[in-house]
Amino acid sequence: MIFFNLGITQNKNKPLVVVAELDDVARIYKMGDTEVRALDGVSVKFSSSEYWSIMGASGSGKSTLLNILGCIDTPTSGAYRVEGKDTKSLDDDSLSDLRGSSIGFIFQSFNLIPQLNVLENIMVPTFYRDHESESSILRAKELAQRVGLEDRLLHRPTELSGGQQQRVAIARALMNDPQIILADEATGNLDSQTTEEILELFSELHAEGKTILLVTHELNVGKRAQNILTLRDGKIESIAEGNG
Amino acid sequence: MLSSPFSRSVRLGIKSLFLHKLRSLLTTFGVLFGVSSVIAMLAIGEGASEEAQEQIRQLGSQNIILRSLKPEADPTSTQTTSASSYGLTWHDFERVAETLPGVEGVVPIRNFVQQVRFEDKVLSNATTMGTTAEYQNVTGRILHRGRFIGPIDDIKRNNVCVVGYEVARYFFPGRDPLGQTIKIGPEYFEVIGVILPRVPIGASAAPIAASVTVELFIPIQTGISWFGSMNVNLNNGNRNIEMVDIHEVIASVKNAETVASVAAASRTMLAREHPRNDYEVIVPLELLARAEETKRIFNIVLGCIASISLLVGGIGIMNVMLATVNERTREIGIRRALGAKRHHIMMQFLVETVVLSVGGGILGIGLGILVPYLVEHYADMRTIVTLQAPFLAFGISVTIGLVFGLYPAWQAAHLDPVDALRHE
Repeated sequence: MIFFNLGITQNKNKPLVVVAELDDVARIYKMGDTEVRALDGVSVKFSSSEYWSIMGASGSGKSTLLNILGCIDTPTSGAYRVEGKDTKSLDDDSLSDLRGSSIGFIFQSFNLIPQLNVLENIMVPTFYRDHESESSILRAKELAQRVGLEDRLLHRPTELSGGQQQRVAIARALMNDPQIILADEATGNLDSQTTEEILELFSELHAEGKTILLVTHELNVGKRAQNILTLRDGKIESIAEGNG
Repeated sequence: MLSSPFSRSVRLGIKSLFLHKLRSLLTTFGVLFGVSSVIAMLAIGEGASEEAQEQIRQLGSQNIILRSLKPEADPTSTQTTSASSYGLTWHDFERVAETLPGVEGVVPIRNFVQQVRFEDKVLSNATTMGTTAEYQNVTGRILHRGRFIGPIDDIKRNNVCVVGYEVARYFFPGRDPLGQTIKIGPEYFEVIGVILPRVPIGASAAPIAASVTVELFIPIQTGISWFGSMNVNLNNGNRNIEMVDIHEVIASVKNAETVASVAAASRTMLAREHPRNDYEVIVPLELLARAEETKRIFNIVLGCIASISLLVGGIGIMNVMLATVNERTREIGIRRALGAKRHHIMMQFLVETVVLSVGGGILGIGLGILVPYLVEHYADMRTIVTLQAPFLAFGISVTIGLVFGLYPAWQAAHLDPVDALRHE
């Protein structure tokens, strides 16, 4: 078994900690009598303050890998450990807790909740925590300021541009201060200038020590990461060094 | 702004419902009409039964009333003058007073139909009731002024009378009625008392209680000696002579428990003496029981109708919530990805359903209170909105929300997050 860990980091003074680890992961879908091996023996370790991009043609198993990384799906065989916890041994509630505390999702189509305003959308992850702190609103406002939307707090998502919506989504992903930021084609619906702004934000987050996992099929976006993992037919085809 | 998780859920739930204002509004209508019909019908039923019970109670719950009834007229008779003799006799009266056990007081009532006049004011065909001093005790009527007929008045056949409050107001506006002299038929009577009307009776025609507003009382013996025992009615050119000894006997029973047995005894007794069936026995206590039974049946019918309408309302809500869950599948996926557990999703949709049904319930309570008010005002029926009714209605609407929201919420909570996120 080979573990890929290139261990390139900007925060050289901080020790590397493995935050998520895939160990010979397979995900098999049954479609009638035939088995589809969407993922087949994937092993990789993601450490703190690493910036990865996950690339591959459609059908390569990207989405399946993303679902497993995001703890909304579990491997058929093998193990996926997030912060030391094997997701296969966790029940639905514990998986939800893990998602809420350790993973920040960013989606291609932003996925904001239409009836909520910007501030409420940013705060959604706090709704499901066991202990709600009084400072949630303050933190949400700080995050909104950070992504440059402090004067849009009471706007509805439909009143915002695509780039602004994605900024809200990023602020939302950061709300519970998760270690892992999981971005699924986060720039896929944005023009090149907005894409640049969003990627700049990811670089900043990376510099702050977050683990960024960016799923993309655009090579120029993927190149911004430190490490580029390429999938093909459910297997790791290559792991290359990026420009990040 | 964001206080407790619960009030936030409610607030955000309302926000979600406001996404489809018309749909949400229409959905609440089912519960609205269900709840308002429960309250309104309860109020109308309660009012009607209260009215009936009050009228029965006025007759005296410990009383038994025997009444003379005119037997079925012979339809072949073409005579222009008919004379008939029927009804209770003095013999019956004595039997009731002497032989029925547990009877405390017995009062005979004899009606005399005469013209009544004071100065230039006339009441034609007024019924004057001849009775005894006992009447006041047995019926519990209350005097406004003066005194009631005494035993001496009856024995000495004094020309005295007690008038009803409304008669006094008609004859003697602004004057002291006591000591005035009125003319009943050809005779003069001195007014010795004014009696208060029975507890105000609603406008609806009472089946039992004679809602006479013209009331005049004279000693029965005085009446018989002046007017005899014949009543002559002129009706469409027919002269109708009726001979009745006593129109009504009111017997009061000492113990409420013995009313039924005394009533049965009096029925047996009268049946033997009156083969023509020219009497009736009215037992207010039995009527009261029958009224209770009627009310109970009314409530069951009402309950069935109301539960059907609430069931329909609940199904409407469930239908809309199922559509909502389907429509917001992606939102559910997002929330799950952001850390929501199944019970959070479940709670979210349950809260929305309960907000819908309680919203309908509150509007329904408003309408349900308004309708009896309008009925009372325009249809002149008594209605009573009991204090429990709104609480009952509120409880019902919460229950509807919970029951009919459970399945859609369960469905939402058990969506697969992967599928839900991919849902377009």
